Amino acid sequence: MGVEQKLGNMGVVTTTLENMVNWSRTNAMWPMLFGLACCAIEMMAAQASDYDMSRFGMELMRASPRQSDLMIVAGRCSKKMGPVLRRLYDQMPEPKWVIAMGDCASCGGVFNNYAIFQGVDEVVPVDVYVAGCPPRPEALIHGVLTLYEKVKGDTFKEYAVKYK
Amino acid sequence: MDKRLEPIVKDVQEKFGATLAEFREEAHLFVAAEKIVGALTLLRDTHKFELLSALTASDYYPQTTPRFHVIYQLSSVEKNLTLQVRVPVNEANPQVPTAAHVYKVANWREREVFDMFGIVFEGHPDPRRILMPEDTVGHPLRKDYPLGYEEPQFTFNFDEIRVVKPAPKE
Amino acid sequence: MSQIEEVSVDQFKHLVSERALTGETMLLNMGPQHPSTHGVLRVLLELDGETIINCVPDIGYLHTGVEKNMEAKTYQKAEVMTDRLDYMNPLGNNLSYVLAVEKLVDLDVPARAQAIRVILVELQRIASHMVWLGAFGLDLAAMSMFLYCFRERERILDIFELVSGQRMMTTYIRPGGVWRDVPVEFDKAVREFVQMFHKRVDEYERLLTRNPIFIDRLVGIGYLSVETALQYGVTGPNLRASGSDWDLRKARPYMGYEQYDFNIPTRPEGDTYARYIVRIEELRESLKIIEQALNKMPLGPVNSDNRKFVPPPRAEIGVSMEALIHHFKLWTEGFPAPKNSVYSAVESPRGELGMYLEGDGGPKPYRIHLRTPSFDNLAVLPEIVKGHLVADLVAILASIDIVLGDIDR
Ligand code: SF4
Repeated sequence: MGVEQKLGNMGVVTTTLENMVNWSRTNAMWPMLFGLACCAIEMMAAQASDYDMSRFGMELMRASPRQSDLMIVAGRCSKKMGPVLRRLYDQMPEPKWVIAMGDCASCGGVFNNYAIFQGVDEVVPVDVYVAGCPPRPEALIHGVLTLYEKVKGDTFKEYAVKYK
Repeated sequence: MDKRLEPIVKDVQEKFGATLAEFREEAHLFVAAEKIVGALTLLRDTHKFELLSALTASDYYPQTTPRFHVIYQLSSVEKNLTLQVRVPVNEANPQVPTAAHVYKVANWREREVFDMFGIVFEGHPDPRRILMPEDTVGHPLRKDYPLGYEEPQFTFNFDEIRVVKPAPKE
Repeated sequence: MSQIEEVSVDQFKHLVSERALTGETMLLNMGPQHPSTHGVLRVLLELDGETIINCVPDIGYLHTGVEKNMEAKTYQKAEVMTDRLDYMNPLGNNLSYVLAVEKLVDLDVPARAQAIRVILVELQRIASHMVWLGAFGLDLAAMSMFLYCFRERERILDIFELVSGQRMMTTYIRPGGVWRDVPVEFDKAVREFVQMFHKRVDEYERLLTRNPIFIDRLVGIGYLSVETALQYGVTGPNLRASGSDWDLRKARPYMGYEQYDFNIPTRPEGDTYARYIVRIEELRESLKIIEQALNKMPLGPVNSDNRKFVPPPRAEIGVSMEALIHHFKLWTEGFPAPKNSVYSAVESPRGELGMYLEGDGGPKPYRIHLRTPSFDNLAVLPEIVKGHLVADLVAILASIDIVLGDIDR
């Protein structure tokens, strides 16, 4: 983030608490290790050698929802999986975000039928949608960076209202 | 049809009164529901069809007799042959004796056919749904079950669909 | 939205032992969200201490309704669904579906298209085994395997991207041939990959095959006999690791596999280690097939010229009225198929991938059933984990190579 450039010769930086909290949140986001279908393979590829998501502070995939603050819904969500997905979301500690990865998670994709939720936004609130079937790893990384932009704009006031 | 298949087909026809149909070199044997376990046992033990490749069904709605065909796709690893056995099932009484003790794989496959078509396999050791949630109503692969198609949202029907679409709580 | 069902032991009474009902043994739920279940599989385990007494898999968390949805589309459009079934093996699924359609309408494929199909499907087999090997290593705490395997897999995906423009869901193999001819760089790209990959397989073997920890965790675990395997319909590398040499590429050759000289690796042991060895050997055999197919690749058209089923090339549409009509009719109406049924099967990286396809004289399939190998490979799991520890379950589950998209369809 280039803090070094802003450091004067006193070694001190002034900023608001909000900025600092948001900055630290964006640089240590722990996604949940949670793959549903084909998109999960591309999510794995995004963490593997060629794309390497850990460049953005996301190398730590957590298997437990209680330790993670980002849920990447990678794949189609069936009617049987819906309640489970919601329970996992409820188990994550606040503040938490959701990325809907792929067409299926965003809108049902090619599977417009009885078995699949037409978008996981029917089950959990979604912050960022990533298009593509499957999205390229670059697209996922772009989605994560878009989420960072969103998180950087968060204010304490919003949180105060939300969690009153 | 493969030359080596002919005696086998003849044997099943004699013992179980099966009828034969052919299409693109494939043999389809039609067997009555009550005789299917006997036919499968004979094919497995005497004719070495040790692999039940697929077990599925097909729905010929609105026709009611027979509305369903239950399809057993058999393979012989030893002789490298394939054979399809079909069992017509009526709508009024969709029941077939289970083959789960002849081929163990039939256990799960029959659960799937039950789940998707509502065909009951008598004497099945574990008659639960397998793919759909337990509280589903109906059997999705029947032809009278709707696809569940959801209208895509365009500008002209934007408001209409927006009202119906459920949204989760935060 | 239905609620999560509260499971009572009553539902599973007939599947667990008496001791579970009195509380003497423990019932443990694993999944659907668990890092080592390779997707959304749920298993109910009955444990005595750490020993597994009973195991009840619960599937359907990824049930997609593919079969029903394909019935609502024309033959060409239904193909996109097959890609997304077994997502480690999209091109193999395409091939299986396309072969069934070609058998149903009786369509021939030119030799060049056959060779291209073989090369791509074998590359896909390698890619699939790479994901498997990476995940297998990850489950056995060999983290670096995952990174190496995905590095090589990317090279294969680059080739797919070169020929089709997509990394995974290519829908490149079409009824009557392939989408279009491969670009000129294809030959060089594949040759480079093959050359590089020979060395890489040796590298993997150096890392794993004689690794004492690896061997300790695998040898003698999860024994599966040929008889049990056949009873449960297990096919593919899992069956071959038990000693049978059943491989559809040899037994019922399709796509000109009979021209290529390759072996079927088998092992007699039937344990988890044997399944690993068989897959590693298969990598080498696939490389052999690719090399031969590349060398033998004939020139000529890549699509059948039967205009009833295959749309004319783009260049023809501008000059020929007839071609334009064919193009229009094929993409709006589709082609009719006879009112009858066929079953055709191919050897996917996981076993026999069969398509039961039934036409009704119209342009849409009347009924499609996908005989997916993982379904049966998973069905055998309760049989082979009995008496092992929970940690071994992870190794066994990884070794039978299931893909949940393939199981739940
Ligand atoms: S968006 Fe495409 S790749 Fe992703 S889960 Fe859906 S079908 Fe699979």
